[in-house]
Amino acid sequence: MSYVQGLKCRECAREYPKEPVNICEFCFGPLEVVYDYEAIGKVLSRELIASRMPNMWRYVELLPLDEAPTVGHDVGFTPLVRADNLARALGVSELYVKNDAVSYPTLSFKDRVVAVAVSKAREFGFDTVACASTGNLANAVAACAASAGLNSYIFIPSDLEQGKVLGTQIFGTNLVAVRGTYDDVNRLCTEIADKYCWAFVNINIRPFYAEGSKAYAFEIAEQLGWRTPQHIVVPMAGGSLITKVHKAFKEFAQLGLIEAAKTRIYGAQAAGCSPIVTAVKHETDLFKPVKPKTIAKSLAIGNPADGYYAIQTMTQSGGWGEDVTDAEIIAAMKLLAETEGIFTETAGGVTVGVTKKLIEQGRIPRDESIVICITGNGLKTQEALHGELTEQHLIDAKLTSFEALLVEKEAQV
Amino acid sequence: MKRKVYLTFPQNLIKEPLIYEVGRKFDVITNIRCASVTEEIGLVGLEFEGDPAEIEKASDYLKLKGVKVERVEMHVVE
Repeated sequence: MSYVQGLKCRECAREYPKEPVNICEFCFGPLEVVYDYEAIGKVLSRELIASRMPNMWRYVELLPLDEAPTVGHDVGFTPLVRADNLARALGVSELYVKNDAVSYPTLSFKDRVVAVAVSKAREFGFDTVACASTGNLANAVAACAASAGLNSYIFIPSDLEQGKVLGTQIFGTNLVAVRGTYDDVNRLCTEIADKYCWAFVNINIRPFYAEGSKAYAFEIAEQLGWRTPQHIVVPMAGGSLITKVHKAFKEFAQLGLIEAAKTRIYGAQAAGCSPIVTAVKHETDLFKPVKPKTIAKSLAIGNPADGYYAIQTMTQSGGWGEDVTDAEIIAAMKLLAETEGIFTETAGGVTVGVTKKLIEQGRIPRDESIVICITGNGLKTQEALHGELTEQHLIDAKLTSFEALLVEKEAQV
Repeated sequence: MKRKVYLTFPQNLIKEPLIYEVGRKFDVITNIRCASVTEEIGLVGLEFEGDPAEIEKASDYLKLKGVKVERVEMHVVE
């Protein structure tokens, strides 16, 4: 049974039926899925959720499908790691890492949104799915389309990391590299979406697609023992995830699954592409689009679609926004890996680096609970680390050669 | 066909009747849906209706005059 009532404009509140549309015809505002919370409240309980399989569909009543999901059955329920070593390094008492670097099947949180979008595209009867992507979404759409037996077209900027290109090609998709930035790719895709009747997961399926992110936050609340953290640091590209984290916590509270969510939500961006954070720092509602220049390519969206709503989320929740340089991103990636054994992509370096900064600035208190959102895997962005790590030791296959190395290392200490 | 766009008028163009002009010069119907005009900047949400080639010409004309023309979809895609 579906609890989705329809779509509603976030600006003028005009209602629309469940269709593959994403813009209000009247005021051009974005459309959002509306649920029947009263009906959900009558059936959904902690016990029911806990009795289900450990994947994102254990919250199915709060996801926008009319039928049972047809793809991505095993997506979600990634580890929430109690990060005591990193906590010691940062000088805080209670720190967790929500680790979507190990998301199934393509190692980023985009598996969640795509599982919803492709299931929804099938409900609508589309035979081709498509997307504009900075890489992770490309991987996720190509994999999910392959398992669903659908055609796929993926559009990416031509300067993407090799790991993300290869990790898309392997699924036999139609991969199109566009000369230009992600914003240029997006511009082209809006024109293609106009002309071809395809399910563009982040254009005409977007209201449904974006809801998939909520599962990330539902899991955090459940894994913390049915409570939300006092502080959470979220990476921002288009700004959608941070707004959905907020929405998810509010929905859980509204349904009585947790106590009122008072989490302060902080947004993290790279200094080379920080339009949303800059607006927060200047205490304005409007952001100025920028031309991205950062190693955190998965966050390199200069004209963030949800920028305005992301700013609202941070300010309304009592949070803040901060950014880090490329050097700080790499240092943070190494810090997370060396303290917790988690290899995140550059975007994760951004959230860890920003968390460190916010703690040092005193914006996040040292004695309260903190969750850091890790949304992608380091194996995909290895280029960023070339020349940045300790060289391996090359020796001959002889014990004497190894022991000479030990002596050399001891001498260095 | 129809195309939804946001137009951003810089301060020096705020007083120019450019939407009227494109309606006269090209075979397009212009339909304003939302607008916010301050002393510094003018933002208009507009729907064009007409032949794709005419809509393209109308957009190009506005861009040539110094107006930023962005598809609305660009603002809701992530």
